[in-house]
Amino acid sequence: MKVFVPGDAAAQSVGADEVAAAFVAAGGAGLEVVRTGARGLCWLEPLVEVDSAHGRLGFGNVQPAEVPALLEALRSGSPHPKALGLVASLPAMARQRRLTFARVGVVDPGSFDDFVANGGLRGWTRASSLTPSEIVGHVIASGLRGRGGAGFPAGLKWKTVAEAKSARKYVVCNADEGDSGTFADRMVLEGDPFLLLEGMRIAGRAVGASHGFVYCRSEYPRAVEVLRAAVVTARSRGVLGAGFDVEVRVGAGAYVCGEETALLESLEGKRGQVRAKPPLPAHEGLFGRPTLVNNVLTLAAVPWVLEHGGDAYAALGVGRSRGTMPVQLGGNVKFGGLYELPFGVTLRELVFDLGGGTASGRPVRAVQVGGPLGAYFPDALLDTPLDYEALAKAGGILGHAGVVVFDDTVDLARQARFAFDFCALESCGKCTPCRIGSTRGAELLDQVARGVEPEKNLALVNALCAVLTDASLCALGGLTPLPVMSALEHFHEDFTRRAR
Amino acid sequence: MHTLSRWDPDQARGLISSELRAARAFLGDDGPDATAMLPVLHALQARFGYLHAEATALIADALNVSKAEVKGVISFYADLRTAPPGQHTVSLCRAEACQARGADAVAAHLEHRHGLTPGATVEGVTLESASCLGNCALGPTALVDASRVVGRLDLPAADQLLARLKERAP
Repeated sequence: MKVFVPGDAAAQSVGADEVAAAFVAAGGAGLEVVRTGARGLCWLEPLVEVDSAHGRLGFGNVQPAEVPALLEALRSGSPHPKALGLVASLPAMARQRRLTFARVGVVDPGSFDDFVANGGLRGWTRASSLTPSEIVGHVIASGLRGRGGAGFPAGLKWKTVAEAKSARKYVVCNADEGDSGTFADRMVLEGDPFLLLEGMRIAGRAVGASHGFVYCRSEYPRAVEVLRAAVVTARSRGVLGAGFDVEVRVGAGAYVCGEETALLESLEGKRGQVRAKPPLPAHEGLFGRPTLVNNVLTLAAVPWVLEHGGDAYAALGVGRSRGTMPVQLGGNVKFGGLYELPFGVTLRELVFDLGGGTASGRPVRAVQVGGPLGAYFPDALLDTPLDYEALAKAGGILGHAGVVVFDDTVDLARQARFAFDFCALESCGKCTPCRIGSTRGAELLDQVARGVEPEKNLALVNALCAVLTDASLCALGGLTPLPVMSALEHFHEDFTRRAR
Repeated sequence: MHTLSRWDPDQARGLISSELRAARAFLGDDGPDATAMLPVLHALQARFGYLHAEATALIADALNVSKAEVKGVISFYADLRTAPPGQHTVSLCRAEACQARGADAVAAHLEHRHGLTPGATVEGVTLESASCLGNCALGPTALVDASRVVGRLDLPAADQLLARLKERAP
């Protein structure tokens, strides 16, 4: 019998290691325990799966003490109260289109053979038979846009780096997934690390780069561990090494290093301060060399694009948002986790149909989309579809597609102040609007909360936000007004209700 | 539990040159030695628990940068410490997704019940603040000893976690 227990950080955080140990202790000969990544059905963790003739059977929220009885039930074929049936048939799985996440939660992330047996390397094999410009052509045709948050067309970036002339070029994978409410990068790194390395290998061939870096945040120790092991294995299997090699670097707790130029400064050994653009990293990036900087999800989408062709990827999605987006549903929500879906699903479908409403059982009051720099949406805007342009039109951003749900106990004036605080804490200090404006914004909201000239101070907040939007060097200062202004616009009563 | 060494300049020099060699080996003839900065700082902090004042000059010398540049980097990154922490560290996520799941109540509980404010050390346990640990559907969440994520950290779970850590602190 084969039992699968996730070993990703989310599953570990609620006891998956203890469950796996209990299986090893109680299983005896004839039981194989495989540690996988996670499916992303977080509310079911620890989610144990067992091989059957029809596919994998799931058992949700398994506790270590329940393992002997569960094994007994499995061996005797009797029903078990925690049985979920076939995992692939669960509504939360059946509604997804898992292109990037096809293997995540299924394979052992440490096994290269598992990776290849489940479709790994097909994209690279195809790419090896194509010229660099043909590879770039597929990425352009796919319509793939940067999944880190900015949504810049990936193919155009690849083309720019490919056409740059230099003796040395770099591919840098941005795995500094700092946005609250996001964890898709982590799940790829911990669940299918060879997929990312395959994507980077393809990128290296396409743009003519010989060296790659993955810059992973320090808050993800498990991801660093799994990825580093995968790099060693990939070298021994010839995927990395001669022609293109990758090194894993670890951040040190600076949110702003998720901004691509700050990330490059950090890789160079400096304070993670944002660079003025131009020059673009595609022309002068790491050590002044042409550098392709892409998010984990962008690079991880590439093997599928190469295997099936750019047009097949572009066939999914809506408008200028093509393909699928791994959406992360978190916060106060009943069925939180990862849902890879074609673009176009509405926030309401996400929060209610898939998410099941709040975990607390109270009414949903606000949904923040796109991390700490994303807007707070009220119920009236939940029919907005998940798509770069539609969200921008509604006054928000898609960002890295983190969707955080709040119930009616949330105070949006407090959330707005938190946005300024966060900006003040994480500002790299290079530009004045972000460095000073964030602190001034928090002070103004404190005045409002104390009932001191609220209308006058809110008008100042408004003017300050215009300066931050227009004059900040990067998205940290430039987008902090989104959570602030959306809170003010849609939840004005929280600011004026009472003196806090 | 951390297995830390007492500050030792010779050990530090060894760690610095080993990280520098690794960076040079990977990059070949491109890039300055300063690119080994974060790997060096992480290696020293992992070994000694913090960055001793004497480390600045050793790093500056080895990476061919000024001491001011090294100090500038150390002061920029939230993870890097210049004083030893307690035997255990608990880094509590304070970001929005965990706020929505009750992290503020956990922080208040740690302060009032256990006297733990961010930066404080009580009975060998140091509390720190994190901004997202990527466990946004299973919060409140903390990272323990920079290596182990703990989710569904409600008030009773926080009490149990602290009791376990204090038991293992000297």
